[in-house]
Amino acid sequence: MTPAPAPEATRPAPEATRWWTGRAELGVCVFLYVVAALVLADAATLDSGLTQQRGPVGPAAVPVLVGVLLAVVATLLVVDVLRGGTGAAEDGEDVDPDARSDWRTVILLAAAFLVNAAVIDTAGWIVSGALLFWGASFALGSRHWVRDPLLAVGLSLGSYLMFSALGVWLPAGPFEGIL
Amino acid sequence: MPETLDNLMMGFATALTPVNLLYALIGVALGTAIGVLPGIGPAMAVALLLPVTYGLDPAGAFIMFAGIYYGGMYGGSTTAILINTPGEAASVITAVEGNQMAKRGRAAQALATAAIGSFIAGTIGTLLMVFTAPVMVSLALTFGAGDYFAVMLLAFVAACSVLGKSRVRGFASLGIGLAIGLVGLDSTTGQSRLSYGVPQLADGVDVVIVAVGIFAVGEALWVASRLRRTPAEVIPVGRVWMGRDDWKRSWKPWLRGSFMGFPFGALPAGGSELPTFLSYMLERRLARNPGEFGRGAIEGVAGPEATNNSSAAGVLVPMLTLGLPTTAVAAVMLTAFQQYGLQPGPLLFEREPELVWGLIASLFIGNAMLLALNLPLAPMWARLLRIPRPYLYAGILFFAAVGMYAVNASALDLVLLLLLGLLGFMMRRFGLPVIPLVIGVILGPMAELQLRRALQLSNGSPVGLVESPLSIGVYAVIGLLLLWPLVRLAVRGAAGGGAGPDARREDTGPEADREAEARPGV
Repeated sequence: MTPAPAPEATRPAPEATRWWTGRAELGVCVFLYVVAALVLADAATLDSGLTQQRGPVGPAAVPVLVGVLLAVVATLLVVDVLRGGTGAAEDGEDVDPDARSDWRTVILLAAAFLVNAAVIDTAGWIVSGALLFWGASFALGSRHWVRDPLLAVGLSLGSYLMFSALGVWLPAGPFEGIL
Repeated sequence: MPETLDNLMMGFATALTPVNLLYALIGVALGTAIGVLPGIGPAMAVALLLPVTYGLDPAGAFIMFAGIYYGGMYGGSTTAILINTPGEAASVITAVEGNQMAKRGRAAQALATAAIGSFIAGTIGTLLMVFTAPVMVSLALTFGAGDYFAVMLLAFVAACSVLGKSRVRGFASLGIGLAIGLVGLDSTTGQSRLSYGVPQLADGVDVVIVAVGIFAVGEALWVASRLRRTPAEVIPVGRVWMGRDDWKRSWKPWLRGSFMGFPFGALPAGGSELPTFLSYMLERRLARNPGEFGRGAIEGVAGPEATNNSSAAGVLVPMLTLGLPTTAVAAVMLTAFQQYGLQPGPLLFEREPELVWGLIASLFIGNAMLLALNLPLAPMWARLLRIPRPYLYAGILFFAAVGMYAVNASALDLVLLLLLGLLGFMMRRFGLPVIPLVIGVILGPMAELQLRRALQLSNGSPVGLVESPLSIGVYAVIGLLLLWPLVRLAVRGAAGGGAGPDARREDTGPEADREAEARPGV
């Protein structure tokens, strides 16, 4: 399954803004319908024929139940949202309940995370991890041009050494054989 | 119970070797440190620290884990007392009363009663676990596949309808979790489901990746999208101590909390929101001066904190004896067992007694270590609260990435981790509780297996699911939980038109207001 569509994927088209306002949660319903469809479509491809079957319940039975559950819940959620129900956003120590979503920060964080995933196999964790930490703290608003990168390198080197000490392998990249 | 005591002694023999004591100490120190950090609750602490234990042998890993578990709980209460907004549901009540104490210059006493109360409740709760677990094990050995399926179904329904505010959103979260749990090979026929030819998906989605993605990455992205520009104020604290009067006012709430939290933790809809809330109400009723509650009454910290830790011990009973996680932390711990190819359940006690009892013994040891660490070192832990937020959340992403890469050394896992993080972000934004999802991912495949096994034995007849009195009783409870809104509506209607505009939707009304404060966090 690909739990891909982030909320922005289902954001309102400009001309529909008025009707959609405050109903972004319908995007969650769309997401649930998509997952339900994926599960049901996949269940239909499974071979439940007698030859394959071991026991009276085939491989498709539970997926069908899950798909139906998702579709029913999605429908109930549509009804709830249209009647004015909203899910309360989660709170926390550092969450400002009145703030608007800061998409720039989220996208920059995701980018830093993907850069790490892209280069970790070739550049090694010490380089890619440092890029991840520095990039993420930059995205979150830290602008110490000396302290940030030093801390990033210190953390990635330290975590590399700690994990090797505990017997967990991480790629060293160019430092292979040196460390 | 001589056998139980023998087992416990054997457990201590395992846990008291120098190396395992060191693991326990590392565990409690890491657990406290991570748990104190704002925004990180016990579940995320345990999930993030899971990879640290990969290189260890199972006994050492679980001893470290026990320390992380209790350490995370301790750390959370420090955060709740010194910063007003709680990060996890279990500390909501502590935050209310403890922060009021701190604001009136009694932070030291609030931390002291929380730490000593947690120690006493943790010890009593663990003792209760020592004596209930063998009973549960012998009961569980009589369970058939149908019984297991019924109990798992109860865990699903309870996670969706007892916790959280909106049942629809709870079930939505459960459905997503069950769908993720379907990915991979069907264990009975070997056909691959929802894998789309991707080899990494054919093995199923690693539960650790789901847990870290939803808890750690999702939380970091969510907080980052609405970061407070000025972090919440931290109340300074000096040496932690308690006066004579504080002791006199604390010891009864500690004991009451110890016995109150445990049974709630052990129930399938466990968790600590409800018992800590009930403990608070009880202490307010029994207090000499109820008017002080809400303005920093020490009983209001002592009782709920003890309840919280005792329920943390109770949660381990269904987790170890049935393989049934009822809270987010238990779900992550179950994952840890699976990493070592161990399946918690009655057979684990027979096959790996040394490991299970070593884990239980180290809970006692970790608890004592925590008291020693927390009383003198509280000011040092409190300093962690001042960590600059960019570093904190960058650090969460950093450790999530290194930990998950370490599982399979696969960069694709990191992409999957980010996608799951975005899912967690969406769920937080739109108020879908995360616990049903994680429980669905873990229990979904097991429930399917038991369902098919039960129906195989009965040749496809659904009667196979309701053969024992236990399963019939469990289905009755499930029915009651599902129909609860209707029952409540009927009661209200009979009471005479209590159904105002508020009663139309299930997530409003007085209960919801109360639950709005007691949200399950991570």
